[in-house]
Amino acid sequence: MVNVWRSIRFTIVFAIILGLIYPLLVTGIGNVLFPYQAKGSIVSWNGRPVGSMLIAQAVTSPGFFHPRPSAVNYAANGSGGSNLGPTNPALVAEVKQNLQTVERQNPGIKVSQIPPSMVESSASGLDPDISVQDALLQVPRISRVTGISQSSLQQMIQNDEVSPVLGIWGQRMVNVMQLNLAILHRMGRS
Amino acid sequence: MNRQSKTFSGAIMSRAIWESFVKMDPRGLVRNPVMFVVEIGFVITLLLTIDPNLFGGHYGPSERSYNLIVTIILLITVLFGNFAEAVAEGRGKAQAESLRKTKTDLLANKKSDSGAYEQVPASSLHRDDLVRVIAGEMIPADGEVIEGLGSVDESAITGESAPVIRGAGGDFSSVTGGTKLLSDELIIRITVDPGESFLDKMINLVEGASRQKTPNELALSVLLAGLTLIFLIVVVTLEPMAHYVHGTIDVATLIALLVCLIPTTIGALLSAIGIAGMDRVIRFNVIAKSGKAVEAAGDINTLILDKTGTITIGNRLASEFLPVGSHSEDELVEIAVISSLFDETPEGRSVVDLGKDKGVTIARESYTSAENVEFSADTRVSGLNLADGTIIRKGAVDAIKKLVQEKGAKVPGDLDSKTEHIATEGGTPLAVMKGTDIYGLIYLKDIVKPGMRERFAELRKMGIKTVMCTGDNRLTAATIASEAGVDDFIAEAKPEDKMRLIRTEQEQGKLVAMSGDGTNDAPALAQADVGLAMNSGTAAAKEAGNMIDLDSDPTKLIEVVSIGKQLLITRGAITTFSIANDVAKYFAIIPAIFLAVIPSLGALNIMHLTSWHSAILSALIFNAIIIPLLIPLAMKGVKYRPMSATGMLMRNLFIFGLGGVITPFIGIKLIDLLLTVLGIANI
Amino acid sequence: MTIAGSIGILAVIALILIIGIPLGDYLYYLFRGEPSRMDKVFHPLEKWLFRAVGADPSVKMDWKAYLRALIMVNFAMMIFAYLVFRLQGVLPLNPSHIKGMPWDLAFNTAASFITNTNWQNYAGEQSMSYLGQMLGITYLQFTSAATGFVAAIAFVRGLIANRSESIGNFWVDFIRIHTRLLLPLAFVFSLILIGLGVPQTLLGPETVHTLQGVLQTISRGPVASLEAIKQLGTNGGGYYNANSAHPFENPSAISNVLEMLAMGIVSTALVWTFGRFIKNRKQAVVLYVFLTAILIIGAFIIYSNEAGGNPILQHVLGIHGSNMEGKEERFGPAMSSVFAAITTAFTTGAVNSMHDSYMPMGGFIPLLFMMFNLIFGGKGVGLLNILMFLIITVFLSGLMVGRTPEIFGKKIEAREIKLATIAMLAHPFIILVPAAIALVTKVGTSSILNPGLHGLTEVLYAYTSAAANNGSAFAGLNGNTVFYNVTLGLVMLIGRYVSLIAMFAIAGSLAKKAVIPPSAGTLRTDTFAFGGVFVAVFVIVGALTFFPALAIGPIGEQLQMWAHLLH
Repeated sequence: MVNVWRSIRFTIVFAIILGLIYPLLVTGIGNVLFPYQAKGSIVSWNGRPVGSMLIAQAVTSPGFFHPRPSAVNYAANGSGGSNLGPTNPALVAEVKQNLQTVERQNPGIKVSQIPPSMVESSASGLDPDISVQDALLQVPRISRVTGISQSSLQQMIQNDEVSPVLGIWGQRMVNVMQLNLAILHRMGRS
Repeated sequence: MNRQSKTFSGAIMSRAIWESFVKMDPRGLVRNPVMFVVEIGFVITLLLTIDPNLFGGHYGPSERSYNLIVTIILLITVLFGNFAEAVAEGRGKAQAESLRKTKTDLLANKKSDSGAYEQVPASSLHRDDLVRVIAGEMIPADGEVIEGLGSVDESAITGESAPVIRGAGGDFSSVTGGTKLLSDELIIRITVDPGESFLDKMINLVEGASRQKTPNELALSVLLAGLTLIFLIVVVTLEPMAHYVHGTIDVATLIALLVCLIPTTIGALLSAIGIAGMDRVIRFNVIAKSGKAVEAAGDINTLILDKTGTITIGNRLASEFLPVGSHSEDELVEIAVISSLFDETPEGRSVVDLGKDKGVTIARESYTSAENVEFSADTRVSGLNLADGTIIRKGAVDAIKKLVQEKGAKVPGDLDSKTEHIATEGGTPLAVMKGTDIYGLIYLKDIVKPGMRERFAELRKMGIKTVMCTGDNRLTAATIASEAGVDDFIAEAKPEDKMRLIRTEQEQGKLVAMSGDGTNDAPALAQADVGLAMNSGTAAAKEAGNMIDLDSDPTKLIEVVSIGKQLLITRGAITTFSIANDVAKYFAIIPAIFLAVIPSLGALNIMHLTSWHSAILSALIFNAIIIPLLIPLAMKGVKYRPMSATGMLMRNLFIFGLGGVITPFIGIKLIDLLLTVLGIANI
Repeated sequence: MTIAGSIGILAVIALILIIGIPLGDYLYYLFRGEPSRMDKVFHPLEKWLFRAVGADPSVKMDWKAYLRALIMVNFAMMIFAYLVFRLQGVLPLNPSHIKGMPWDLAFNTAASFITNTNWQNYAGEQSMSYLGQMLGITYLQFTSAATGFVAAIAFVRGLIANRSESIGNFWVDFIRIHTRLLLPLAFVFSLILIGLGVPQTLLGPETVHTLQGVLQTISRGPVASLEAIKQLGTNGGGYYNANSAHPFENPSAISNVLEMLAMGIVSTALVWTFGRFIKNRKQAVVLYVFLTAILIIGAFIIYSNEAGGNPILQHVLGIHGSNMEGKEERFGPAMSSVFAAITTAFTTGAVNSMHDSYMPMGGFIPLLFMMFNLIFGGKGVGLLNILMFLIITVFLSGLMVGRTPEIFGKKIEAREIKLATIAMLAHPFIILVPAAIALVTKVGTSSILNPGLHGLTEVLYAYTSAAANNGSAFAGLNGNTVFYNVTLGLVMLIGRYVSLIAMFAIAGSLAKKAVIPPSAGTLRTDTFAFGGVFVAVFVIVGALTFFPALAIGPIGEQLQMWAHLLH
């Protein structure tokens, strides 16, 4: 019986320490040190929040860079992947559809140029990044629609490109939100 | 009795075959869970042979013949396992039979209350009865001689034909029932009740009737039962999983898979290994009172051995002559040999022999007129009184010195230093005098038995520390210890010291073995984890020890250690082999089972077996015939060589682990080819 | 496969070892109870905690008392968490007005988090309030890790005890592991994570008008404080449904590396601590060499399969390159593969990519690692499994060298083998039996997403993950049904406590035995030869147990794929 009483006391004392004090303390200090990140890296355009730097959103307009396909339709309150297995015919169908979309939107590109990540769904459905190759393939389309020269767009991609950490961890990629904000910026100025 | 009975004599074989069927009785087989599972499988497939659709389905006649073949192989598997056990037991039974013969129809002359001796059957004798045995009669039961002295033929028990002396008092008073008194007359007090005699115990032991599972065997059985259960789960759950991928597996095939996977090889041979191990001990003329003792022998950390009689020959022998004063060695040798002419003790004989080596031979005839003076504890000297009155003596240095000094003669100045020298080397000095003149010293030395050094080196390699016990002083003890190559010694040891040593070693978690024969050894023998009592020893010692050496050779402990280790190694090796076999069986059976629904799994059929029936039957047949093929190994035991534990592990793993993986690939393929040729593959 | 990616994989594993070893030393001093400079800071706090809990730190416990306290407090916490999940709808800190969980899901979740499994049949952002995330999830992520940890320490104490009953004081161990290891590490790590982009806020979801002007609701909350202990405690239960693939849980390559280190270092340290306790560092080195080798081999098998891409897509659509279905761009195939290997080796269960969408052999390795359940393993439990298989190995090899087997000077006898066999047996039993039941019942098969052999693997993976207390999933399987909630919950509880109890009983039995000094005849367990045998034993036992199921799961699927068969 002593143990039962002790167990209950432990449960309550530590629930307060680990379940309340610890996360609240971290919240307090975290918000002082990193207020932007702690609130979700929310970015604004023209004074109103347009999304998070870290969360992909559904962008279908030909004048913007498009993120990777999402199995959850970019629901930032319901993340997830397709979970389709490698031998599942549904996977082939899904990828085929994504491929057709890409080919339709970017006429003239060859299948062999398309990186798999451009037509295969991300794990979270909210992948904010695309590969550099992916971005470059979208340049002609965006240039056509927005009038921004291809070289400017390529320059943008180069500016925003993230390289692997120490050359070994990660991949060459760009953040879609960052690119699209840059496009907006450029359009707003011109 | 003949202990070297062959592994497979005709009589044993035919009896074993009969026993294999008797042992099918599920009440007995249930104690061996692995084989019991096979038997249950056999019953089920038998039912499926009678009615292939017993568990539903629409199977044709070909299914019936397939089920029948599986049934037969399963039956054979069980029989092979039973046969292995029966063969192992058979040898013991044969020995028990011959022992029993010596026991039957013995009569005893029992002292009645009135004091007269009357004839009664030996089986009616009880503890503390007194019996009289006359030369030519059999000793009716175990007991202690309380009167008389005689020579006894113990060959029925020990197999040793030379008679031994048994007499009242001292360490040679115990006699065993079933042995024969050759001379004189003995009055014996019986020390056992009916059915408890040494002979009875021995019969029980060799027959395996009182065989209990040893601790390691028990642990292994648990593990094997656990593995059996795991494979049972694997097989039982396989059917529903197969069902999900639209496959069906018939019950006979599932049972075949199960029997292939469970460790039948070791399951079948486990008890045979244990029985054969005990049998090997018996063939070394050692009676182990339990299998546990034999197994414990394999774990021994420390071995305590008496010096005298075990490490050394038991007698000091002359090894050198050291003249003193003005005398030459030749003079000394001559006097020393004369002094020992009629000395029949081993020391005396060794002086004569050493003299011979030095070129001095003196005929006894030339001194027939001399008077022989025997050694006595009082004078501590012996020698001759020559006809002319000259006395020649040899003996303890201080006794001789006293003799000389009493006569007013001088003691040579270098006597003390040379005496000291011998003592520091661990030898025993004997002074030699003629008249009043001390000629010099005989250097008596303990002689280490030949081959002891090597044996101790072997023990060290096994990781066993040897400790020598002796009543000698430190110096002497140290010399012998280093000469024999033991790791440690206790000098001036009393029986309590032995006991203390055993206790301290055991407190450190070590297992201790010792041998002994005297009554005062009994407590230590009982305390030791392995106590090897000499058959020549007292009843108390034999009662206290957990093993008895019929040849009374204390160094036997070394063999017993090897046998104990061999016992474990054999079990481990066959277990490893058994489990390793499963790899190949999977490669045979899994692709076969799923061939119809997942043809791609055919890529795993690396043995290219003819058909799926053939694959399953080949694996099952291999599983069965490996049992009899390994019976000789189980009987003889895996060879044990002293080497580092890691070295041995790698060696045995290479042979039985890797061998266990590869062998069935070859075996199953060969059986498959055979089945194909015979046309059974495509039933 | 690229050279940079390969070096990246090796570098992560190397870093785990480099950090793990000194941490192991720290843990050794901590659990030996030696005075340290930190005492001044911790003593007053711990004294207060002992008083608050009502525990007397000077009491020595035998294995039964220790185990009783452990089970009792675990049970109390599980009930507590269950109530939090049931009642979260009416409790505060619930800006999204999330309802209380139904009983089966609450049971599954409580069982999952008390057992350190962190299997999730709910999507965090949709079914868990902020309070639930803090008071239910984050809380148990500390204590379940601590439970496994102290169990391992208690076992090791039993191993080195010489004819003694005591294996320490549960409350002292349990409280100290929090105050001196988990809390400080989690606190620092959560702040670092916030800096890298992980949210930590009590503000409700942010609703934005996207660049295209549609509404997007961005879930956030106290993520970083959960994420830190999720990885450090080898828990793996994510704040979000997508777990560590979610950009808010794992925003960059750097955070990804840090999270992998967090998963690995404490379990790795514990092997070193164990070596220190038995006064044999070489034993730890031998284990490191073999376990690390297996980890690396596994990681590279996954990597080669994932980097090789999907041959069906190549064949049918002409898409060349790595398999990126269910992977994030910022991790790519290399950092996804090594994450999958580490999360299953250390039985964390966090995922930064969807294992269900891996190539068959890519998904095979995580499955196999969980079946082994001892490639370092989860907090404490991994070490216990290592020791359990060491006992089996020592027994078999002890026989083969002709001595009653000893492990670290303690004789292994029938009782220990019986208990180790129970622990060993439980694992396949609770994987294969429920998986078989699920595969033949409508309630079981209706949750399966992918057809064919892959569907079988989904179910097999689920129960393996639950039994190994891992928590990662072939997430196509819809586990939120009464059937799966209950069966998986039970499997998690059995998987955790049966082997734990068996191992405690072994510890108690070993503690009472005398330590036998090693001799030339003793089989050394700290040699590479023995290490090889150890690996052979657990690989063969594991392979023999699971081969049939694997053959009609991932192996069969891979062979079919090579045969270009499409279902």
